Amino acid sequence: MSNNPSTLFDKVWDAHVVRKIEDGPDVFFIDRHFIHEVTSPVAFLGLETRGIDVMFPDCTFATADHNTPTINQHLPVADPLSANQLQALERNSAKYGISHWGLGDPKNGIVHVVGPENGITLPGMTIVCGDSHTSTHGAFGAIAFGIGTSEVEMVLSSQCIMQPKPKKMRINVNGKLGKAVTPKDVTLYIIAQLTTAGATGYFVEYAGDVFEQMSMEGRMTVCNMSIEMGARGGMIAPDETTFNYINGREKAPKDAAWDKALAYWKTLKTDVGAGFDKEYNFDAADIEPMITYGTNPGMGMGISKHIPKATDLAGGVATYEKSLKYMGFEEDQLMIGKKVDYVFIGSCTNGRIEDFRAFASIVKGRKKADHITAWIVPGSHIVEAQIKEEGILDILTEAGFQLRQPGCSACLAMNDDKIPAGKYAVSTSNRNFEGRQGPGSRTLLASPFVAAAAAVTGVVTDPRELL
Amino acid sequence: MAYDKFTVLTSTAVPLPIENVDTDQIIPARFLKATERKNFGDNLFRDWRYNNDDTPKKDFVLNNPIYSGKILVGGTNFGSGSSREHAAWALYDYGFRCVVSSFFADIFKGNAINIGILPVQVSDAFLDQIFKAIEADPATSITIDLEAQTIKLNATGATESFDINGYKKHNLINGFDDIDYLQAMKAEIKAFATTHSI
Repeated sequence: MSNNPSTLFDKVWDAHVVRKIEDGPDVFFIDRHFIHEVTSPVAFLGLETRGIDVMFPDCTFATADHNTPTINQHLPVADPLSANQLQALERNSAKYGISHWGLGDPKNGIVHVVGPENGITLPGMTIVCGDSHTSTHGAFGAIAFGIGTSEVEMVLSSQCIMQPKPKKMRINVNGKLGKAVTPKDVTLYIIAQLTTAGATGYFVEYAGDVFEQMSMEGRMTVCNMSIEMGARGGMIAPDETTFNYINGREKAPKDAAWDKALAYWKTLKTDVGAGFDKEYNFDAADIEPMITYGTNPGMGMGISKHIPKATDLAGGVATYEKSLKYMGFEEDQLMIGKKVDYVFIGSCTNGRIEDFRAFASIVKGRKKADHITAWIVPGSHIVEAQIKEEGILDILTEAGFQLRQPGCSACLAMNDDKIPAGKYAVSTSNRNFEGRQGPGSRTLLASPFVAAAAAVTGVVTDPRELL
Repeated sequence: MAYDKFTVLTSTAVPLPIENVDTDQIIPARFLKATERKNFGDNLFRDWRYNNDDTPKKDFVLNNPIYSGKILVGGTNFGSGSSREHAAWALYDYGFRCVVSSFFADIFKGNAINIGILPVQVSDAFLDQIFKAIEADPATSITIDLEAQTIKLNATGATESFDINGYKKHNLINGFDDIDYLQAMKAEIKAFATTHSI
């Protein structure tokens, strides 16, 4: 270890460079590789075509999540294309000796939920998956990011990818968060400040008391959304909260291996005086419960605010107008009181136990609004079991809600969980792009509190009034 | 998967002056169910290109016969969102070999290069010039010279240079890919893995 002050990101990155190519990318070693049914089949075909093998099958973990039903998972998958994709994942995993948690497996769930909850995700690791929200795993002090299918093939065949080293950004949020302000609000606030491309080319470290005091679930929500401001990933230095979360999980190191790992993990922090290419500071007190009004995650605002006027924004007016037209909104409109049709709680962003606790805390003693269709989708079977054990299911049932089975569901609407054209959905997921939740769907991204408030009142409601 | 080598491309271009074109627009998730890389071009920009009843939307640029070519010119922050390589496959399969914009999202940019599409990043001012030139004459041609790293509006001769790292440039010109490179250094990777402890 040199005496030069170094960032958390540099420490982890530099420990994984196999070869530096002059005027080119680094050959970058990958510790953990997650695969799912949608972005892996063509990579496996590539291996077959080239006649090459999987180099380290123990470092790749398969789970089915993107294209799975969230009801009646015990029945055969009805859509033949989806069934074929799920079978391909199972077949390819078996062929190459890769661990596979398919539909119905008690460990099955969304890839970015099951990795951490089973102790596969650990500090200091490099983690990739053919999914942009792989940045989630950065919550543990890992370098984690999404890759394309060509790169999935690279990792399968050589455990490496070719990656130019990104620039470094640090985002500090200090102070005390207000009532009903969750990690989701913190990240939507940051993205609204930086815009949807504000961190492109950078890898972000989140620092400051707000993140230090945040649970692992909350840190995962924040790191998950890093890609929505263009960053390849985001990370948070591991600390006691991290170590306590990992300790005892199935695949986490045990006994002497734990002590050795822990000693290393404790070195994983940014040294005083280490430099960043860009740094932002925000005050926690400025953040209120957030909601998006447009068609990218940077188009968010405090829930009590009016939709901005095109002239107040930096971007192109035509694109802004196109976005508001799609959403059926007008400049300067107030969002509070806007009628909502659907509520979706779940996804790799907000599909963990803490999110369902938050949702239930508002729903408790209230009833689902009659006109609302609510899809409540746990991130994994382990989360589903916790929901039942903690009595959250009883609260939901009493209020008129039903629990679905784990999967990505309406976040990307590859399965049947599609929001109909023109309908408004308050969603705890990560993207409000045109048609993201179904052709013509209109998404309002928000926290589990805001989703719960909409679910019981039927309109956009400030959750602070219900807590 | 092998792709066509990229050296010099002279073509007309299709203008898409919209900012933040995300990969869900390039190819919506419901068209990602295939297990082979086939026919993704059919669903390129599906929801902008077709109505719900599958009839073409007349006002979308891909349905306007006066625009065609192997170059797509997009607004700033092209390719944001999901890491789906299917977005790049859809563009390639449709016939595009180059996307020009003033800014690209990281993952899309990497995916494009990996499958043989050249992302050319130009200044905002030059992007504006390109849009204006196409608007004035849809048959106007653009030349992209990868070796020289230049993009030229042939009608006016206006030229700008663009960045690409030497390694990726070499790959595109020769039709090589990263897997060839990595396969050739497997012994070195294996040695790294034995000393690398996690």
